[in-house]
Amino acid sequence: MDLSISIILVFMIVGAIYSIHAKDLLSAVITCGIVGYGLVICFLLLKAPDLAIVQIVVETINLIIMVAVVLDSSREERYARPDSKGFVSATAVFVMMAVLLYFFYASASPLDKLGTSTLRMAGPYIEGAAAKTGSANLVTGVVFDFRGYDTMGEAVVLVTAVLGVLTILRLKGKK
Amino acid sequence: MQGLTIIVKKTAQLIAGMIFMYGIYVITHGHLTPGGGFAGGVIIAGSFILITLAFGSDVLKLIKEERGTTVVESLATIMVVLTGTAGFIFGTGYFFNNYLPKGVVGALISAGTLPLYNIFVGIEVAASIFIIFLSLIIFKEESQL
Repeated sequence: MDLSISIILVFMIVGAIYSIHAKDLLSAVITCGIVGYGLVICFLLLKAPDLAIVQIVVETINLIIMVAVVLDSSREERYARPDSKGFVSATAVFVMMAVLLYFFYASASPLDKLGTSTLRMAGPYIEGAAAKTGSANLVTGVVFDFRGYDTMGEAVVLVTAVLGVLTILRLKGKK
Repeated sequence: MQGLTIIVKKTAQLIAGMIFMYGIYVITHGHLTPGGGFAGGVIIAGSFILITLAFGSDVLKLIKEERGTTVVESLATIMVVLTGTAGFIFGTGYFFNNYLPKGVVGALISAGTLPLYNIFVGIEVAASIFIIFLSLIIFKEESQL
């Protein structure tokens, strides 16, 4: 299983690198699909069908929307000369990256090594999940019962995304 | 937006209902089989997107559809939060408490409040994805006017 996952991962890396360097935007979008569908097969091999279903459906709809956008606008990539405004933006991005990296390091350094002691919550979850939640699917039991707050946050993330899209794509306010 | 040819229209008519029913199956059996509110919601949104792409529509009709879908999405999100609050009131005093009777493990009506969460989250996800799609189409149509 490790060998097949490694082969799929190599395919995904090749697809991602090609999609960055592709001249045609349509082929860049379609090679992005390699990454998504490769991830689906990885999830299936790692025995996570819940994630695989979500990933394959979202990837398909995402690909349809992206192909429609590319076909409607332009298939050529446009370059713009960097000016002083771009320089300020780039400096701000690098400063923010440095700050974020520092805080990631500060928050992650006191933790133990990955996989040693942070996974001990998995045991109590698996032991009595069917009796406690009454759900035959353990993933749904964890997602909606033990981790209800996280799921509420996930639902609110979608609402926020829709609000952002509706704010950006309005024409009446711009004129 | 213009529709597609008659072959695509007839195929979409045949398939869209089945996709919709499969999404409902994935949502309602979320506590028994793989899947759940998020996966089923995206499948239902896919059936609506298929119909809209195949048949095309008028801009004013699309704007009306978008307004209705926004209301549905907000109501579903409120219902998710209210179901969690009901666990606070009727249960043992903390949010997202599974206070309904659990039933037999493996039966369709079991697991207390989990199917309710699945249904509301499914409606919300379907409405969200469909709104994003509709607002992209409306933006394109309005900028051509």
